Amino acid sequence: MGRTAAMIRTLFLCFLLGGCAGVQTPLDPAGLQSAQLLSLFGLMLWVCGVAYVLVLGFLGWSLWRARRRIAAETAPEVNPVHRGLSRGLWGWTAFVATGLLLLAIASFLTDWTLARAERRGAIEVSVTGHQWWWRIQYRDPASGQWIETANELHLPQDRTTLIRLGAADVIHSFWIPNVAGKMDVIPGRANQLALTPRRAGWFRGQCAEFCGPQHAHMALDVKVESPAEFTAWLAAQAKPAAAGGDPTALAVVTAGPCAACHMIRGTDAKGRVGPDLTHLASRRSLAAGTLPMSRGAVQGWVAQPRAIKPGTMMPPVPLSGPQADAVSRYLMALK
Amino acid sequence: MSPDNTLPAWTDPPGLWGFLTTVDHKRIAARYVVTTIAMMFLAGMLALDMRLQLSGPDMGRMGPQEYNESFSLHGSTMMFLVAVPVMEAMGLWLVPLMLGQRNVAFPRLSAFSYWLYLGGILMLWVPHALGITPDLGWFEYAPLSGPAYSPGHRADIWAQMITFTEVAALAASVNLAATILKMRPPGMSLARMPMFLWAMLIASLMTIFALPAVMLVTSMLIADRMVSTHFFNVAGGGDPLLFQHLFWFFGHPEVYIIFIPAVGFVSSIVETFARRPLFGYRFMVLALVAIGVLAFGLWVHHMFAVGLPRIGNAFYTAASMLIALPAGIQIFCWIATLWDGRGIRFATPLLWVIGFIITFVIGGLTGVMAAAAPLDLQLTDTYFIVAHFHYVLVGGAMFPLFGAFAYWYPKATGRLMSERWGKIAFALIFGGFNLGFFPMHLLGLMGMPRRIYTYGPEMGWGTLNLVATIGVAIAILGGVIFVANAWISYWRGRPAGADPWGGPTLEWATSSPPPPHNFDWVPVVEGFTPLWDAPEGLPVMTGLPEDRRKVMITSASTATAEYLQGSPGPSIWPLIAGLAVSVMFVGSIFTPWAVAIGAVPIGAALTAWFWPKRKRATTGPLGGRPA
Repeated sequence: MGRTAAMIRTLFLCFLLGGCAGVQTPLDPAGLQSAQLLSLFGLMLWVCGVAYVLVLGFLGWSLWRARRRIAAETAPEVNPVHRGLSRGLWGWTAFVATGLLLLAIASFLTDWTLARAERRGAIEVSVTGHQWWWRIQYRDPASGQWIETANELHLPQDRTTLIRLGAADVIHSFWIPNVAGKMDVIPGRANQLALTPRRAGWFRGQCAEFCGPQHAHMALDVKVESPAEFTAWLAAQAKPAAAGGDPTALAVVTAGPCAACHMIRGTDAKGRVGPDLTHLASRRSLAAGTLPMSRGAVQGWVAQPRAIKPGTMMPPVPLSGPQADAVSRYLMALK
Repeated sequence: MSPDNTLPAWTDPPGLWGFLTTVDHKRIAARYVVTTIAMMFLAGMLALDMRLQLSGPDMGRMGPQEYNESFSLHGSTMMFLVAVPVMEAMGLWLVPLMLGQRNVAFPRLSAFSYWLYLGGILMLWVPHALGITPDLGWFEYAPLSGPAYSPGHRADIWAQMITFTEVAALAASVNLAATILKMRPPGMSLARMPMFLWAMLIASLMTIFALPAVMLVTSMLIADRMVSTHFFNVAGGGDPLLFQHLFWFFGHPEVYIIFIPAVGFVSSIVETFARRPLFGYRFMVLALVAIGVLAFGLWVHHMFAVGLPRIGNAFYTAASMLIALPAGIQIFCWIATLWDGRGIRFATPLLWVIGFIITFVIGGLTGVMAAAAPLDLQLTDTYFIVAHFHYVLVGGAMFPLFGAFAYWYPKATGRLMSERWGKIAFALIFGGFNLGFFPMHLLGLMGMPRRIYTYGPEMGWGTLNLVATIGVAIAILGGVIFVANAWISYWRGRPAGADPWGGPTLEWATSSPPPPHNFDWVPVVEGFTPLWDAPEGLPVMTGLPEDRRKVMITSASTATAEYLQGSPGPSIWPLIAGLAVSVMFVGSIFTPWAVAIGAVPIGAALTAWFWPKRKRATTGPLGGRPA
């Protein structure tokens, strides 16, 4: 009991001090939606905490009270009447009903606020869940073309972005807890989710619906930045990849096995099955948050993806030493 | 320990043949309970295995495939092979005794139910031994479980295991509902029925309404996989959400099907140990009925994140919060009964009830939090929910079950379990459970999703996961001690006598263990607590034949004696029918023809089972036939 109480106290402190900071937690809100939800949770915790203390108090009192009356062979009481208890039942029922009504109203009001925020949507981003990565597409404001990237979402601060969610295979769930609640990504359904980040920085999202063997490695990085930085980033992403490169690498990447599945805009690599690699090296991590981006990680991933992420759709690409070297060098140049 | 007052008409044949043919509800239910304990042990080992894998970041104890198989087996076993059947088993054992009856309404159906349940176990665990383990969770959402993403037979095995266990559960529920409604002793009107019988009646009726939905959805899944229907295939005009609606239309009531019998256990234990009739009987019954009805209107709260219209979600938020009201009333009534108790003995069963209240209320309150549709978007599919439903299912249903086990153990075996080891087991399970599962609330709030087989050190989840693992290990140690205590007490326990706790209900009026025919006479009930109402001796009716199997049938609401009815004796046909049904179910995951061809032996077995043994009764006005 003491332990449970201590843990509840820790949890309360956690809130009050705004502790529990992290890149993937609803307790450290960096968005309009998550802040609303955290205050609803705080209210819940208080109301439920009071109810729990009342229950424990009544239980403790009754055990203590009845214990005083221990008499080994007392005959059981067959027809007891206790008006106080009946009044207590009505009082308790009224308390529970009031508490629930309060929480239900708070829940509806929160939902209503979130629905209004959704209607302010300014930018639209399409996010598609794949086994086990995220396809992310922005509309280029200049050309109207789709700009594609993967596993890294950039959001302008203090503006509402509407995420259009689609599923390529099975059900996934899109969740960036620091910014907003989750929304399932379901084949055949057009779900959407509004994100209004209020604080700049890096955050992390993770698939929240079991989607097969690599459900654990289906994360995405989220960068909240000022609208100016965001515009600059989007413009950079809109550019095709730099032409040319080491012929050894090009033979493998743009004219070889990689091109069957991956797109590198501006080259002959036009595959659509796997993630777009046009600006691969500009991203923070590799393989849906599995590895931090580095040349070593890229080289290891190309050679042995299934050792790093068992079950991944990416096949191993057997390369000679010089080829592997050239390929990773080329990919890391895709800034 | 066999009692010497047995009636030959009610005695089973000796040896193996008696074991296979018995229709004695006590033998069948005891078999059921022992099997569920074995299943609980296996599921607990899986839990420990998973907890070891998660006890630190980047652990290599198992890969994703092994982990997915582990949580799928753990969830499926606990929900379908432990929680629901164990409650029905307790009902099968207790209901006739609490009614002063000699058997259940359909004795052979209870034997059939057990054999099919055993078939369900073999359906899941034999393939596991062969390495063909279902690996998509206890819910197997389409399209992940559809033909495109799950080739092979893993998903079929899961789906057909459900069919086995649900047919078994339906058979048990129909049996219990009929027994409670038509076989109460004279005088035990509905308004005087012990709370445990109300609980089993409502849980049985809920089972009858809820289970067809899951059998439907698993059959549709098998059809999608085998004969290319497109119920859940978007490209063919199907809808994956149909799967979820049907699954949760069963899945939510199921939680209450597990919980409501526990309400019955707690009510019985509290009443006996407070030595006072349950406070607020009418409110408790109304609360149970309210829960039984409301439970069917909540299923969408498992689907708040699928993107249904907000106004629809709001309705289910309101309904889900509303169900906390009757649950709150029940908690109050139990504590109030203790408050006004006439002297409490802190025996093990009561400790389990106290542990139940402390633990279950936390689960109920986190349930209220998750019932708010917008907030649930942060909570669902995280470890917060893992913590929540373990608090509800373990704290809310398993703790009362363990208490009930200790409470009725002396009635079943004639011996008491060791109080000292019982208290040690309670302390370890209660402490270990809370140490293991409370941190999961925090892990969920720190962003840890469910069903991930590993996580990186940078997420900061390592410490709390280690604490959780230690807690679960302690609880499992307590579970082993609990079972060892039951095992050893069977031979070494102190003899209990008929009524070791001074209980108020009819099962305490017969010897421990009860003879095969349970009671020599039919008790007559004149109040809520028959044994307390008549300290001078229970009023009884005599006249039940001793040389034939006969039971008394009474009217459904007032329990007025109506007539004596024959009660079937031992038969091998339930087992043979169960085998025939099993062959059909197993075959149907390989070819649709199994359904048609397999129906023939089932029909033959059922025909033999129901073959009339007496001449057709003549009907019509007396003397209507000319001489």
